[in-house]
Amino acid sequence: MMKIGVVVFPGSNCDHDCEHILKDVLGQSVEMIWHKETSLAGLDAIVLPGGFSYGDYLRTGAIARFSPVMGLVKEFAKKGGIVLGICNGFQILLEAGLLPGAMLRNKSLHFICKDLSVKVENAATAFTGACQSGQVLKIPIAHADGNYYTDPVTLAAMQANAQIVLRYCTSEGKVTPEANPNGSLDNIAGIVNAAGNVLGMMPHPERCAEAILGNDDGKLIFLSMLESLKQNKKPLKMVGA
Amino acid sequence: MKAKIHVTLKQGILDPQGKAIEHALGSLGFKNAGNVRVGKYMEVDVNETDKATADAAVKAMCEKLLANTIVEEYRYELTA
Repeated sequence: MMKIGVVVFPGSNCDHDCEHILKDVLGQSVEMIWHKETSLAGLDAIVLPGGFSYGDYLRTGAIARFSPVMGLVKEFAKKGGIVLGICNGFQILLEAGLLPGAMLRNKSLHFICKDLSVKVENAATAFTGACQSGQVLKIPIAHADGNYYTDPVTLAAMQANAQIVLRYCTSEGKVTPEANPNGSLDNIAGIVNAAGNVLGMMPHPERCAEAILGNDDGKLIFLSMLESLKQNKKPLKMVGA
Repeated sequence: MKAKIHVTLKQGILDPQGKAIEHALGSLGFKNAGNVRVGKYMEVDVNETDKATADAAVKAMCEKLLANTIVEEYRYELTA
């Protein structure tokens, strides 16, 4: 059994969904980590959940990145620890510099909440190992600031390094401008860092990880993560140990 | 000293709010309005008397928190 930490910021609201999936659906041990926590000892992986940390004041994730726990998350990530950031969690990872780029307001200016198709562009990561390469997942998004931007040099490096893991696509798996909900550069829905141990994704896998809800595509992200933890216990359990 | 700080999206980065306002101005008949950019305005009291010290502090505040320099640019003025 793995021990997963779900970080709770003031304004997080998907934290208990992540806890439910990991604990009740997947049978793992989950620890809720208040943002003022000063130790991550004993954790195998960390999830930064969705929500509106600090009311999205200034910019999404801009204040949360200075929460005391974020220093530990950075240290955990630098040592190779598995970190999954979903939606606001992705935005926080960007602001914290754990992933390259920044989020802009959705091109349409609308808050968009709906099921979308995303294509698994890299099925060899710690977060997509249970998926097939090119597999189309149906996962909902729910955000107003998911318009991913980075400079052309960084984008080219990410493309060359297969860091673009999920891209918005049609239900047939075609990556088209029409399938892009928010204006995100290169239809980016999810990216990993160069080392491959930190993933940020705008879609919410925790909202579609049970068959009873009519869709369990999101479960593959969590299953992948758990599988990779099982296979690679080595770089983990280092922080505060 | 008081810092008056303006943060806007960099030129060349799409500003959807600015575009929406630009269209609204156009439909109101302001055919001479173009390139609308929406930004943030912040005032910060800086407890320093030396202008250079205050300037360095405000610059650091902008770089570290007030602006995301990947997509935003900032400018400020310091007044006594």
